[in-house]
Amino acid sequence: MALYPEHESLRAQSNDGRHSLHRLNRWLIIFPPLAFLVVFFLVPFAFAFKISFAQTAVHIPPFTDLVTHYSDGELGISLNFGNYAYLFTDNVYFISYLYSIKTAFFATIGCLLLGYPMAYAIARSSKATQNILLLIIVLPFWTSFLLRVYALESIIREGGLLNNVLLWLGVIKQPLQIMRTSFAVYLGIIYSYLPFMILPLFATLEKLDHTLLEASADLGMPPWKSFLAITLPLSIPGIIAGSMLVFIPAIGEFVIPSLLGGPDNLMIGRVLWDEFFSNHDWPVASAVATMILILLAGPIALYQYYNVKDMEQ
Amino acid sequence: MTQGRFNLSFTILLLGIAFLYIPMLVLIGYSFNGSPLASVWGGFSTQWYGTLFHNRQILEAGLLSLQIALVASTGAILLGLLAAVSLVRFRRFPGRLLLTGMVNAPLVMPEIITGITQLLLFVSMVQLFGWPHRGFTTIVISHIVFCSAYATVTIQSRLIGADRSLEEAARDLGATPVRAFIEVTLPLIMPALASSWLLSFMLSLDDIVISSFVSGPSASTLPMVIYSKVKLGVSPEINALGTLIILTMGTGIVLAGIWMKKNERQRLIDIQMAEQ
Repeated sequence: MALYPEHESLRAQSNDGRHSLHRLNRWLIIFPPLAFLVVFFLVPFAFAFKISFAQTAVHIPPFTDLVTHYSDGELGISLNFGNYAYLFTDNVYFISYLYSIKTAFFATIGCLLLGYPMAYAIARSSKATQNILLLIIVLPFWTSFLLRVYALESIIREGGLLNNVLLWLGVIKQPLQIMRTSFAVYLGIIYSYLPFMILPLFATLEKLDHTLLEASADLGMPPWKSFLAITLPLSIPGIIAGSMLVFIPAIGEFVIPSLLGGPDNLMIGRVLWDEFFSNHDWPVASAVATMILILLAGPIALYQYYNVKDMEQ
Repeated sequence: MTQGRFNLSFTILLLGIAFLYIPMLVLIGYSFNGSPLASVWGGFSTQWYGTLFHNRQILEAGLLSLQIALVASTGAILLGLLAAVSLVRFRRFPGRLLLTGMVNAPLVMPEIITGITQLLLFVSMVQLFGWPHRGFTTIVISHIVFCSAYATVTIQSRLIGADRSLEEAARDLGATPVRAFIEVTLPLIMPALASSWLLSFMLSLDDIVISSFVSGPSASTLPMVIYSKVKLGVSPEINALGTLIILTMGTGIVLAGIWMKKNERQRLIDIQMAEQ
């Protein structure tokens, strides 16, 4: 919306020659995506922020207006900080907030530990094999996320394949309780987000200058030392990009903890969902959303910084 | 030594791939299980596919989801194309950083946040303008937002790689900028457009969280029906549905990949022929 005046002024200039006409064409291309995303992606955050200061009300939509029009033409604004205060009085928000950070953190570490060697192996393969391996890694992401989480559930549940195989092999005497534990949630996140970790890692590892490794080998450095001294530090941009691509969405994850986790595995996304769909408390849900955004501001800024730097190169 | 570490990472690669694929293969296997109990193998049967095709709720939700995905993915690549051209071709314009941020943020933004904020926008818009009512329109708009982010990034990287000199040659020969772009560059970036359309289609077809927020009580998309069935416990027809979706998408992607590779090779051959 803020861009509209510019658009107007360009139209006014457009009759003075070819240059301006060209500039107008430019704005015909830039304006639609910019305006669409501002209106439907950016502005919504302002509305959520606004409604987090409203009060619950029994009408449609279920919250009060912040601005009251008095009969004498004056405007009154009532901000309700109660929703935020409420988040601090009830323990459940704080606990789920911490639990979300913990879960996203461990799942990201798990993804990194599994994804790094995988990306490393792909980067070391021949060009033709690389393409096939990358397709294999990306393919699950192109199918269905929801169905994959469901498929994972059918393996790890009590009467599922994993327990049956382990019982049959005699490794365990009783079925393992994996479902409805934190481990199941970690596993679900790692399973769903693994491709997001591997792709940026592969991109940096592939660009790695192999002459550096050869030089260090020539100088008698053992491979593990070369790895720690050269490969690992040079792949840090990939590690950060991949970790952010897993960590940020994992914080707000709803489907995985709700299908694989138990009542104790209360992540903040589930709390928001319940607040919204079960309690119909839209203002508190908005306040929770704002708190999640504050938590994610740092990681998102970090991710954007690396992204912009990468694109400008 | 080096060989040893290579083998370790390669072993982990194979295990990781097994980890990614075994659950899906098991799902496909279960879909042919004659017994409704997941822990018992009741012999090979296709009965759940029959049940699936008689389930009105699933069929209606599936049709709605397909319609949404068609409109949303088409909208997403059009918007993504404009955004990608803006970011690649115009080095400087006011709002460039903002646009870069807005096409990258939906890729990582938790869906639950995008969902609730967009719903609050739609509700406020209805109060102010009386539009858009929750349902098909709002779901399509929300899907276009996050799908266009994926489309922009895909098209952008292809556009950076596209040779600009051909387009400039067309301009020198008197083509208008728009015509030069459509006739020269558009065919070059077609694979990116095709793959982002396909990806957007799938992402839209699969979305549960955002759709749940922005849809009204009248519209239930396929993932919403799947989720509520799965939440209630094992339902064998979901295995059959999952198998159909996974196999259709899987073959679609592989075929599209082969088609693009073939196209690419043909293009290289054409270039070589032209140079001779």
